[in-house]
This record gives sequence, C-alpha cells and structure tokens, in this order.
Amino acid sequence: MSVLIFTENWDGKFKKLSYELISYGIEIAKKLNTSAVALSIGNVEDDELKVLGKYGIKKVISVKDDRLNNLVNQAYASVISDVAGKENADIVILSNNYSGKALAPGISVKLKAGVVAGAIALPSSFDPFTVSKMTFTGKADTKIIIKSAIKIITLSQNSFEVIESPTDVNIENISIEMKDADFQTEVKDVQKIKGKIILTDAEVVVSGGRGMKSAEHWGEIEELAELLGAATACSRPVSDEGWRPHEEHTGQTGKIIAPNLYIACGISGAIQHLAGVAASKCIVAINKDNEAPIFESADYGIIGDVHKVLPELIKAVKDFKSEG
Amino acid sequence: MNFEFSEEQLMIQQAARDYAQRELIKDVIERDAKAEFPTEHVKNLTELGFMGMVVDTKYDGGGMDTVSYVLAMEEICKVDSSLGVIISVNNSLVCYGIEEFGTEEQKEKYLKPLASGEKLGAFLLSEPEAGSDATHQRTTAEEKDDHYLLNGTKNWITNANCASTYVVIAQTHPEKRHKGINAFLVDKDSPGISLGPHEDKMGMRSSDTHSVMFTDVKVPKENRIGEDGFGFKFAMKTLDGGRIGIAAQALGIASGAMERAIQYSKERKAFGTEIANHQAIAFKLSDMAVKIENARNLCLKSAWLKDNKKPYGLMSAMAKQYAADIAMEVTTEAVQIFGGYGYVKEYHVERLMREAKLTQIYEGTSEVQKIVISRALLRD
Amino acid sequence: MKILVCISNVPDTTTKIKFVDNNTKFDTNGIQWIINPWDELALTRALQLKEESNGAIEKITVINVGLIDSEPTIRKALAIGADDAIRINAEPLDAYSVAAQMAEVIKKDPYDIIMAGIESSDYNGSLVGGMLAEFLDIPSVSSVSSLNIDGGNVELSREISGGKEILETKVPFLAIVQKGIAIDPRIPSMRGIMMARKKPLNVSEPIEVDSLTEYSVYELPKPKSKCKMVDPENVKELIDLLHNEAKII
Repeated sequence: MSVLIFTENWDGKFKKLSYELISYGIEIAKKLNTSAVALSIGNVEDDELKVLGKYGIKKVISVKDDRLNNLVNQAYASVISDVAGKENADIVILSNNYSGKALAPGISVKLKAGVVAGAIALPSSFDPFTVSKMTFTGKADTKIIIKSAIKIITLSQNSFEVIESPTDVNIENISIEMKDADFQTEVKDVQKIKGKIILTDAEVVVSGGRGMKSAEHWGEIEELAELLGAATACSRPVSDEGWRPHEEHTGQTGKIIAPNLYIACGISGAIQHLAGVAASKCIVAINKDNEAPIFESADYGIIGDVHKVLPELIKAVKDFKSEG
Repeated sequence: MNFEFSEEQLMIQQAARDYAQRELIKDVIERDAKAEFPTEHVKNLTELGFMGMVVDTKYDGGGMDTVSYVLAMEEICKVDSSLGVIISVNNSLVCYGIEEFGTEEQKEKYLKPLASGEKLGAFLLSEPEAGSDATHQRTTAEEKDDHYLLNGTKNWITNANCASTYVVIAQTHPEKRHKGINAFLVDKDSPGISLGPHEDKMGMRSSDTHSVMFTDVKVPKENRIGEDGFGFKFAMKTLDGGRIGIAAQALGIASGAMERAIQYSKERKAFGTEIANHQAIAFKLSDMAVKIENARNLCLKSAWLKDNKKPYGLMSAMAKQYAADIAMEVTTEAVQIFGGYGYVKEYHVERLMREAKLTQIYEGTSEVQKIVISRALLRD
Repeated sequence: MKILVCISNVPDTTTKIKFVDNNTKFDTNGIQWIINPWDELALTRALQLKEESNGAIEKITVINVGLIDSEPTIRKALAIGADDAIRINAEPLDAYSVAAQMAEVIKKDPYDIIMAGIESSDYNGSLVGGMLAEFLDIPSVSSVSSLNIDGGNVELSREISGGKEILETKVPFLAIVQKGIAIDPRIPSMRGIMMARKKPLNVSEPIEVDSLTEYSVYELPKPKSKCKMVDPENVKELIDLLHNEAKII
C-alpha cells in the first residue's frame, strides 16, 4: 500500500505544481496511514530531486532515460504503471494538466483503476473512496466514488495549498525496461514558450476582451501579466478577430482554467466565457459598463475605461513590488 | 393536432440560428450603415442550401417543407432581414412560381441554377403607379413573331442587381385588363434592360433594391410562364406563398427584438433593481411574448396548410398582416425598453425597428392584406 | 483510409443545470442535447481531411455509446457530413466502460485514425480518448491543435506543459483534439439534413463491462459574494485588497 505521486519537471526543474501534488499526496497517505512515494521521469539531477524533501516526501523514484525526454503518452503511462506495481501503490496522483490528461487514461486501463479527473479537494471519504470535482464546465461540483482497488486522482491546479515539512529524501534511481512499441510517435520539434507563463498552469491570469478595442492595446495586458508573473488569455471574440492566438481563448470551447487570480479586462462576461473561468479563486473585473455580467461573477470590480485603468494598475503593482 | 417539430425541422432551425448568431451578427451593423450587399453571406447560405430550400431536390433544391422555411426565416431575420428578404424572394417568389407553373424546359434551364443558388432571381411586379395593385400593369409585352417585346419600368425590385433571372409581370392584351397579363422569364443581361440607382432605404439597407427599365427587350415565346393571360393569376398565387416568407421575416424581427429586450432588462438596473423587476417593463415583455406567439402560430399554420396542399391564401394574409404589425409594435417597445441605448445603432433594436416598417409595406401592405382577409369573410 | 470520430451526447452548453432525487441525478427534463463541442470540432477537422484527401480517405464514421435517445445527436453528426454511424446500445456509465465498449467494436473493424475531443462539457473527464487508445494498444497524441496528413505521414502539433510539440506518427493512432484543430463546428447543409436519415446508423449491442467510478452527489456551486467595487481613481486600493484581504498577491 502506498500513494504514488507523479512529479513533472520542466527542463529538469520542478515547479510549484509538483509541490502541490506532493502536499496533497502526503496528506492522503497520512489519513490512510501509509507512505507516499514521488516518481520523477526524465533527466532531473539528484540535487533537484532532493528539493522535493522540503515538502515532506521521504522516497523519490527517479527514472532517467533519454528516450523519455519528451512526453510520449504510451511510454510514460507504462513507466508509471510499472512503478505503481512495484511500489504496490493503490493511489496514483497526477496533475490535471496536459501531462496528467495525457497519462491518466492509459494508466487507468493498464491498472484497471478508476479515475477522478480534476479533483478539487482531498477525498471526502475513504470508504467509499469519494472525491469532488467540477462538472458541467464549472456549473456543478460532483462527488465521485471510485470503486476499483487502485485509484487515480488528477488534481486540479491551484486547488491544494503547498505545505512545507522538510525531511531527508531517499532517492532511488531505477531503470525500467521499455518496449519499442511504446514509441510510435516521433517528436520533430519542440517550441518551448520561453519566459512566458503557460496559461493552464498559471496561478495568475490577465485576460482581455473585445473592450480592449484592438490587438495593439495588448501591450498593457502583457506588461501587467509580466509584473504579476501571470499568463495572458483572451475571450472568444478576441481570438476570432485574430487579435490573439486561439491558444489563449478561455471559455466554453477554449481553455478551462482555474487560477488563483483572474483579471478580466474589457470582458463583458458572456456565459460561455464564464464557464471557462468560473472556477478561479478570485476574479477581478475591469469594465466601463457597470451592467456587464462579469461583475456578477467578480470578487472585485472597477468600473472604468480599461485604457485608463490598466496604466494606473500597472503603476500600482510596480509601487507595491518596490515597497516589497 | 401535433405541435411537435420533426428532428429535421429542428436541425434546420438550429443551422439557421448558428449561422445568424455566429456569422451574420458580426458585420450586420456595418453592412446596414454602408448599405453593402452581403455577397459573402449569400455565397455561404447558398452552400448551406438556403437559397432554394423549399424547391424539390430533383430541381437541385433543398427539398424542405414550408414549416422549416418559416423556422429558418425567423432565425435569420432575428439578426439580419436583408439576408432574409434575399432568401425569401428567391425561394417563394421566384423559384416557387417556376416550379409550380413552369414547363420542364423552363425548370431545367432556369429553376435548377436558382434552386442551387448558383444564380439569384428577382420578381418584377411593382410599378411606379401600381404597387400591390397588380391589375394595372403599365409594362407591356407586345407579341411579335417568335418573341415578346417588353417596355416599361418596374419599381422597388429586390435583388435587381445581383439577380441573373427576372420573373417579369407585363400586360400583353390591355383590352382584357388583368386577364391579358403574362409572366415571363427574362435574362437580366438581355439588351435593353437598365437599372435605376440603388435605393437608399430606411431599413434592410444591404438588400439590393433598384428600379428596372425595359426598352424593347426581346423575350423568346417559350419564356412565358403558363397559358397566354395567366400572368395575373400567377402573380396572385405566387404572392400567396410569398406572404408566408415575409410573415416569418416579421416574426423574426419581433422575436429578435424581444430576445434583446429580455436580456437587457435583466442586466440594466434602475431605481436599485433590474428593470425587468419593474412591472412597466415586465408587462411590456409579456405583451411582446403573446403577440409573437400568435404571429408564430399564424405563420406555422399557413406553412402547414401549404405543405398539406390545403388552401392557405387567407391564412397567409392574416399571418403577414399580423406579424408585420406586431413586429412594428414589438420593435418600438423594445427601443423604449432600451431607452437611449435603443436609439443608437450598437444595440441593434433601432435597426430592427427600421426593418419592421418595411414588412408592413412590401409584398402587399397591411391594408391590402386586410382587403384580402375581409373579402374572404364577406364572400358568399 | 478510414477515420472514426467519437462523439458524446451532452446537454446544450447554455442549459441551466438542475439535479433531482436528493441531488443524486442530473435532471434531463427539458434538456436540449448536442454533440459535445470538442467532438464536433474533431468531426469538422475529419471532414476537412476527407475533402482534402482526393479520395484517399474513403469514410468518416462516428461512434457513440448511448441509448436510443442519443440518436438525434448522432443524426446531427450525419447531417454535418459523417458517412455512417455506430451506436453502442448502452448507458454511458463512466469513461472506462464507454472506452471499453467502443474498443470492443473497433477491434472487429479497425480504423486508421480515431479522433476524440479533449473533454466532454458535462463530466469534463478528458479520459475516453486516452483509455480507448490503451484498450486498442495504439499510440495516442493528446491536446492536438493541428493535424495534417501528407501521404502516409501524419503531422500533428500538440500543446504540452511548457510549449508546443510538432510530432509525426503513422497510422493507426488516436488524436485527442482541442480548439485550434478547427475553429468553428460545421453547420449542416439542407442536403446534409435531408440525407441524415438515409445514412447507415448501425446499432451494436454492448458487452458486459463494469464501471470503475460512479457519480454520487451533485452540488451547485455556492453563489458568489457580492462584487466589491473599487474606485477607478484609486486602483491602489485593489492591490491592498488582493494583498491583505484575498491574500493572493
């Protein structure tokens, strides 16, 4: 019995996301009186692996293999399933990000393990094993019971607090035999987004709508995003107009995100848009129209012209940061 | 009685709604301001099959029933009646008449390209001194050896410029009065046809309306529709069906305005609450809804009668008169609910109000419909 | 070449969601059902690929696990342009059982490319596509935002945490697609709508398979507390609130 946590790295480094997963997994292990094990796949130096100890993990299994430098769904799912078997894991935890979404289904079939995708809290009960997630694109939350012996949880980003409890880490480097059949897809090119926060991973998102008036005005959005360490996003009309790429469209058919802070600039807040951002912990709306529906969903609002408010806000953030 | 729509009818309604709400809405205000013909939208709606949707599939049409046509027109006209009238004229005035009364040769040559939308058609009845009164045609079609010679002027012709095929009503035997009238299929590029300037209309500004002048235009004899002297009956029969299209258009204008009014009154606040919570506004919405439901039922009943080959002229006159009149009332009230915002272009309702006005005028004014209805009541 | 598109029957995205039986069941009363939006984008791309293929792609099939009431949604897919459809006559219990049902049918008549939307707008699981690939033992590519076929080679781009990957694969494979693969779903034409009932909709009887999860209780999110307004002349106050009250910066 153990809880296995898949910790993802980015060019050999961990991010807050991984610490969040570890904190979550350790909490579950404590409640079940069992141990938690972290699994790292790819080339991560032992020094970096030790960082995970800060969050209370005692055992880290590391699988270093050049063939695993890119995320190959089949190969990764095989490795995680193998390690889960070796560790006798009955709970496997991943993030509900691109990687988790790519891997959880394969692991589920391999281990015949039920999945709760996008969990938003610790299990509310262990017997039956019950976990909550958002359904109907943010319109409801639902308790899901996993009936299988092995359980998989993919944790929604920013839904669990990082808890520090430093401990010594025991690193186990293992190698896993891999089948060629697991490498059917060949990565030709990777376009890493440098110096930019990934929208679906972001804790803070600054988003612009039609009220921004034109693509040229995005400098303000980007400047504010940079100051806040935020990703940029947009509403559907904006990507339809070609002011921003489709990757930034958040809403019903675009990205569904749940950052800690979502700043909506010149977005009226159509129901389709809100569906994609409703799970945000805190929403700030800036709109000149005091009747805009976005204010119904916002925690904080500023009624005013975004082109006047944004420069002021940028200045206020700069002042705040310089004051420390 | 069965008020349930079929799966296909619902799919057509949804398709029209999707196109209107996704595409037409984007540039409707701009096209209205510039009185610009919606070339791209006509092309897209042609590909989707709207231009000849009620024509039989054997003539390259969509093979849909009139009920579907009403549902589609309502959805299109919630957003853009200029597109609505382009579709309506092509389907119910031009294609319908050829399909119902034309020869196989005429259908092959003229109906197929019109039904597939490859070409557009126009219906030329109104004249400077004869609008809805089709008995007093001044345009003449003089019978020569193997052709007719057309002379005269037609007014307020929708699709006049974009159409390739004209259905022209003209007088061949003035002494026989309305029994001397004929209908002709005329190629728009025939020598002797010229167009007046684009009419700068109050509403439906992106539909293309001109007067058309005929000077010694030769029309082959085989292009006459029906027997000699059939033209008046042809026009009346065609207008019976055309009224359903315009009634559905008026219905769409009204329901489009109501949808906007409902949304606005749930968002806009006055005296500390959403204006929908004020009875003055709530009752306006209630009145709108009842009128619209009545208009919709009249439209659908007319369509149902037509689909079931039952007489529908009286019902379509009722539908056209009622839907047009309530479209004017509903849009006026919608502008009132929006207040100042209703009077500016950004919020659409002022445009819907301008569009509504035309439905009371063209294809038989409300007064003419009342003549049709009352005569039917008083007939022995 | 044959393409299969998995479609899920979901409530219209603008529908108000309600629950019955002490919040244990989703209230389907008065619900309008649609093709899951992401699946519809997958279908749209599949149809484009077929049109671009000069006959190399012979057929687009859609598959759905559902009872008879999902047929209108399936026929919508046929109206949009799919050539035929398979309905597996079972209630979709969870992602695992749905994928297992589909796999059983597909194994008997394999496809070169299988496409599925990244998630469904009802249960937002992002699971069925990946599970199906695993059942079929074929590679899957997730979060695909473009897919092009050039002869025997397939080039895809997918979003990953940290950027974008361009990758190549050979058929058979399964693509789990997201926005970008197509921008707007296709609107069915009159002809398509007329044809929908004439196209084959084959009903396949289900196998015995257990679900691994079940939905127990639904809850509507608590209403948000009222929006606190900040004076546009004093945006510094917003920073204070975010720092001291919301404690997020």
